[in-house]
Amino acid sequence: MFFDTQVQELKYKALKEVATLAWQDNLAKGLLGAAARIVPGPQPTMRCCIYKERAIMEERLRLAMGGDETNENVIEVINIACDECPVAGVHVTESCRGCIAHRCMNACPKNAITIVDHRAHIDQEKCIECGRCVSVCPYSAIVKSTRPCENACKVGAIHMGENKKATIDNDKCIACGACVYQCPFGAIADKSYILDCIRIIRESENNTKYQVFAIAAPSISSQFHNATVEQVAAGLKALGFFNVVEVALGADMVAWREAQELAEKKFLTSSCCPAFVQYIRKNFPDMAEHISHNLSPMGEIAKYIKRIHPGCKVVFVGPCTAKKAERQLERVKDLVDCVITFEELQALFDSKGIDLTQLKGEVLDNASYFGRVFARSGGLAVAVEEALKEHGITEDQFQLNAISCNGISECKAALLRASKNVLPNNFIEGMACENGCIGGAGCITHGPKSRADVDKYGHEAMEKTIRDSIEILNF
Amino acid sequence: MIIQVCIGSSCHVKGSYEVKTIFENLIREHHLEDQVTLRPAFCLGNCGEGVSVKIDGTAISDVTTENAAQVFAQHVLHS
Repeated sequence: MFFDTQVQELKYKALKEVATLAWQDNLAKGLLGAAARIVPGPQPTMRCCIYKERAIMEERLRLAMGGDETNENVIEVINIACDECPVAGVHVTESCRGCIAHRCMNACPKNAITIVDHRAHIDQEKCIECGRCVSVCPYSAIVKSTRPCENACKVGAIHMGENKKATIDNDKCIACGACVYQCPFGAIADKSYILDCIRIIRESENNTKYQVFAIAAPSISSQFHNATVEQVAAGLKALGFFNVVEVALGADMVAWREAQELAEKKFLTSSCCPAFVQYIRKNFPDMAEHISHNLSPMGEIAKYIKRIHPGCKVVFVGPCTAKKAERQLERVKDLVDCVITFEELQALFDSKGIDLTQLKGEVLDNASYFGRVFARSGGLAVAVEEALKEHGITEDQFQLNAISCNGISECKAALLRASKNVLPNNFIEGMACENGCIGGAGCITHGPKSRADVDKYGHEAMEKTIRDSIEILNF
Repeated sequence: MIIQVCIGSSCHVKGSYEVKTIFENLIREHHLEDQVTLRPAFCLGNCGEGVSVKIDGTAISDVTTENAAQVFAQHVLHS
């Protein structure tokens, strides 16, 4: 299995089935019985019965074909897959020794804890789930249990709706996909646009009507473990793309301009993570003026390619579900024609029977080390520091004091302090996913080696400076 | 006249930047700025034979720092 979890594998099977049928022009007929082909039974292996398993697979097939068009969000709940996880709140376990210190009772701000028969007892009516008792109990006997989806969603966009099903508040959701990766039942998923991707490739008639470029995010280096990045590039060409360009080159462009903008404005928040940008717009609207005016690396490189190849189409391939939402923004929608994830790319390769390990690699080398390390937390700050140096901006003119926020909780903390003017830093690198893009919800794997893979790939770049990497674009 | 120099990966690692710079200098030397436009391309469809160049639609393969001036003379100056 290529994937971290069985849930990803199920999603992959739906994607592969839809893609296979689409290439064969056989979607309408082929979909009948598709769920039964993927879940042959006869015994259920995951749910109460084979019919429920197939019904859920039907939903996964629907999401693989673009999901609910009436829902503006790219992240959707599969209602029948939601297992209505019990919500126990804060409760006392068997480990309670009935000690005489009663720290739990003393810590409770709502007097919800009493000692009954030498054991702590929590009045659920009074409890506000603040968790103070949890942290003071010397035996770790009190636990707070939350649903994995709610726990994953650090922006508070998921709550238990009617019938105990998970419900997403679209006004709060930043489409980071944390819930998609964390739900143990695979009941939340990102909509897939692989059918658009296949249509764009096919209608190009082998790139004669127009050319189709794949732009690959730098986290690609941590994803396809049996194949080299060069073989993945060859695989993309075998799928029908005209050529592949590194989004890391767009990252070099962003670092170069962001450094200038930063030196001018003296305070900035980064523009490359679309979930972080949305988080600011939704939760700190007063801070939105400080978001860098650059497009994301995806937007910048797509804009450049469209300028020099008028009429071409651009498909972004990356780790990110929030990029699917970014593509719908007014300033991006004409630049990027489709967004797919690495999970989806794997399904596309397999739908065409493309075995990466058998392919002769194609060179993929557009960007510098600095553009490539954007894929992991801390990389953007390193790149901006380098760009300031290459611009010749001295420390007397501007001294960078960056904070790299790893995950949306750290972003929130930094933004809160910045909004109160008590943040000592002058540049906020915000990455909604833990570890940066290599932790993205659309990744095939989220292994501990991913960061080292990205750095190694960075060092393999031919261009050693940001200036060298982007100078080729200036003519 | 339009000269396109491929800056896609295969050509890039074979020296697109140097070839582009040679053309730029030649255009300046011959005062052809008004008549010749130099443009980048991300792929000209000849990845195995870089650096790939197109001059008014004519594809030219295997352009190097050594033969760039000769290519320019043949296809631009004597066309």
